[in-house]
Amino acid sequence: MGFAWGPGDILVYETLYKASGSGCSFIHEIRKDEDIYSPILRKLFNESHHIFVGLQTIREDLPSKSKKPQFVSISKNYRSVIRACMEELQQVAGNNIRCVSILLAIELIWNLCEVLFIEAAPAGSLLLHLLDWVRLHKADVDERAREVLQSESPAEHHDYWDVVVSYVLQGRLEEARQMLVKQATLQPAARSMYKQMDTLLSKMPFYNPGGTQTLTEFDVKWRHWHEEVDRSLQDNSFASNRHLELICKILLGDEDTLLEHKELLGTWYHFLVTRLLFCHPTVKPTELHYYAQSCMTMFLDSRSVPEPLDSILLAAFEFDIHQVIKDCSIALNNWWFVAHLTDLLDHCKLLQSHNLHFGSNLREFLLLEYASGLFTHHSLWQLAVDYFDHCPEFGRVYLELQIERVPLETERKALKVLRICEQRQMSEQVRSICKIMAMRALRNNRLGSALSWSIRAKDAAFATLISERFLQDYCARGTFSDLDLIDNLGPAMLLSDRLTFLGKYREFHKLYGEKRFREAAKLLLSLMTAKIAPQSFWMTLLTDALPLLEQKEVSHQQTGSVLWNLQSASPLVFLSLQEEDVEVTKVELLRLALARNLAQAIVKEGTVET
Amino acid sequence: MEAINAKYVSQKISKTRWRPVSHSSLQPPEIFATGSWDNEDNRISIWSIGSNGSTGMEDGFEGDPQLLCEHKHDGDVLDLQFLDQNRIVTASSTGAVTIFRHHQNSQTISISQLWARAHHYPCDNAPCTGVVCSSPEIVTVGEDGRIIVFRADQEGVIRVIENADSSTIHAVTYLRTTEILTVNSIGQLKLWDFRQQSNSPSQILSLTGDRVPLHCVDRHPNQQHIVATGGQDGMLCVWDVRQGSTPFSLMEAHTAEMWEVHFHPTNPDHLFTCSEDGSLLHWETSSHSDMPSFLQGGRNSSMVSRSAMAPAGGNQSLISAWLSGDSSKGRLETTHMLPSQTLSVNSLDVLGPCLVCGTDGEAIFVNRQVLI
Repeated sequence: MGFAWGPGDILVYETLYKASGSGCSFIHEIRKDEDIYSPILRKLFNESHHIFVGLQTIREDLPSKSKKPQFVSISKNYRSVIRACMEELQQVAGNNIRCVSILLAIELIWNLCEVLFIEAAPAGSLLLHLLDWVRLHKADVDERAREVLQSESPAEHHDYWDVVVSYVLQGRLEEARQMLVKQATLQPAARSMYKQMDTLLSKMPFYNPGGTQTLTEFDVKWRHWHEEVDRSLQDNSFASNRHLELICKILLGDEDTLLEHKELLGTWYHFLVTRLLFCHPTVKPTELHYYAQSCMTMFLDSRSVPEPLDSILLAAFEFDIHQVIKDCSIALNNWWFVAHLTDLLDHCKLLQSHNLHFGSNLREFLLLEYASGLFTHHSLWQLAVDYFDHCPEFGRVYLELQIERVPLETERKALKVLRICEQRQMSEQVRSICKIMAMRALRNNRLGSALSWSIRAKDAAFATLISERFLQDYCARGTFSDLDLIDNLGPAMLLSDRLTFLGKYREFHKLYGEKRFREAAKLLLSLMTAKIAPQSFWMTLLTDALPLLEQKEVSHQQTGSVLWNLQSASPLVFLSLQEEDVEVTKVELLRLALARNLAQAIVKEGTVET
Repeated sequence: MEAINAKYVSQKISKTRWRPVSHSSLQPPEIFATGSWDNEDNRISIWSIGSNGSTGMEDGFEGDPQLLCEHKHDGDVLDLQFLDQNRIVTASSTGAVTIFRHHQNSQTISISQLWARAHHYPCDNAPCTGVVCSSPEIVTVGEDGRIIVFRADQEGVIRVIENADSSTIHAVTYLRTTEILTVNSIGQLKLWDFRQQSNSPSQILSLTGDRVPLHCVDRHPNQQHIVATGGQDGMLCVWDVRQGSTPFSLMEAHTAEMWEVHFHPTNPDHLFTCSEDGSLLHWETSSHSDMPSFLQGGRNSSMVSRSAMAPAGGNQSLISAWLSGDSSKGRLETTHMLPSQTLSVNSLDVLGPCLVCGTDGEAIFVNRQVLI
């Protein structure tokens, strides 16, 4: 087997051929990144491109205070795009489970990064954000609750207590209380116990970031409440009902109780947040990683190996942004996530300029990788252009190299690629694309198209080539083809000498046809003297001069000039047309006509009217 | 300008067209067709914005377009027109012209007729760039410079004008029932009369200055001598084909190629243009008011209109507002209709109060309440 690297894929071919038989060898194309070909994920790429471009245009000079909410909202936009894709993938039947779970993980990581890095919530509100984060990613609680509530007797449903405990674990105490009311009505005897639990649940303080209460005041209040719960447990108020006792222990943040409910928690980070909620609600961002590490160790058995997702989340809790990005790059097969996240974090000025060996920084490196991957796609290459634009150091070079490789099947696509190049002053690429299109047009005998391409590139050499074709056609057939083009050249005529000659020559024909011989003669003469005619054409020009000489409209200076031209043309004419008697005769005829004309002109002009 | 939402559709849209509504019904259009380009498998798709298509949308909320059906299309869809209520003609980059039939009861599309190499070079395919129809006649133009006339339900070609143009013909439109207008890539507007047997145009119009390629053309719905074109430099030109060979007024519209220009079919004081630079402009002209030609802030911007020559006398009220090149006599108002920073808007169509457009960012925008 042999292989060759392509920009985004590998070509693999068999090198061992069977001597006999139908040896049809195959070439296999292995695509590294399948995701960009998925129709639903394409929406992700397009929408995120829109958000990306919007992010780049946020003005740099605004104070960071007003920019933070903007960045947070952009981060939320990205996440909602991911969610929308995920939902759509889930609805579509098919083997999308891998994709859905990857998107879930991505959104989880992004959300955590938003909370910790972009929002950068201080102690107090940090926990609230983390609670939101956990609630968002544990949707099955609501499903179960719905199931329980829709049954005839919710309080006797076998999942009832699981739901209540889940609510408590997530800090959704209001909903827990509402559920408990249903149970309380069923057991009137234990009313006072339920009342007490209800009171405890309702009195749990939650920090209000917008309020007037300071963190210390909140802390004091919380400790009071915590002690009250502890007392309730110690006096065995809930001893008769193991469920309520369990809830009480959870409210105290008892680790063993929490660990007993691993299935309800599901993940170590849920365990972490719950533990923080009920033990240290005023946790500071810098303290997070201690708790995170210990929670992860406690939750995961010593046998099980932490998954990549776990180590990424742990790195996030440790505020090690680079580690997060590095681990994500390794774990995922597409640069989309790391490129956009790094770009956003860079805008928040959270990344130190981490210079890589080849000079560009991390953000640029990732964006370049992502955009190069996009360029291999037959359709998404247009998005990549904007990404390259926002990579100040190497973006332009990458774009120059890649844009020339876009296949140009139709004129419309070529026009779009040209517009991209022209807007960025990539004149080399403009010239080469126009040349490709012009050559193609010329090959198909579309001279007008070829001319319009060479006008766009301001390519004088090509315009000359086209004019030569026209003139050759004329010499061969005696008439012009494509008169609509030549008659209407306009200022484009000035692009090249040959083209000007063509236009003027056609004008000469028109004048002759309209019998305006004097102007025709003047034009012809100016064509000859200006020396823009190709040498192969001089004979034709001189032959055209013949009938004009007969018309007696030529003055003696003009005749002299023609004679001179004939003289200078003759050697060449003889060299090229040696055996042509016709040509020799033509020259002789010309000389004769010129001589006669000269004689007549001298006589005419010398005559004085008396 | 109310918010206009994007629907991302995973294919770059090259053309969008509303299905025509019958003149008797006063309902706004509900169905539109789109064609894609630059895909490995291109498709034509039919979408619905009617309430029967959406699934439980909140009241008062504009429903997303819902995909009704789609069909594979060989090559990029370079132009698309509704032949009648059920049939769509497309022009392909492979040079083929296809008629698709939309079966409304089963919501499927099938190919009804196909002319495979209608436009071609001697040994290569030539993209078919434009198609226009007036049932049952179909006229197509292509990069090979041919104009071909077909008739739906007839196998062969009715008439071919070989070598009609030495450059690419970009667009075609009907001027009268027997006359068509084409624009090409050397900036010429050519009038062809099918009653004549000759293969040359009956009239050629062009700008006096640079030969800028023209990409789109549209005729005024009521006054058949007024034609608007858009070209590579984004200038909107309004021509009077009866008089002279140069445009009547030139307006700077866009900063890049203008891909489509449309007069509103029932309210021709309104004109819509869309361009490679990602903007869609709504031009409104009215020669009645006394207000100055500048407008207040927001997203409106007033465009300067430069006239090439003054109107040739006669009763002012009979001359269309589009031809009064002097900006003090008329008022020209332009509005951006899309949020900024979209990729190229390739196509637009307007019918009644509804506007649909498609972009290279793989998004479709539908606006159901265009102010006209």
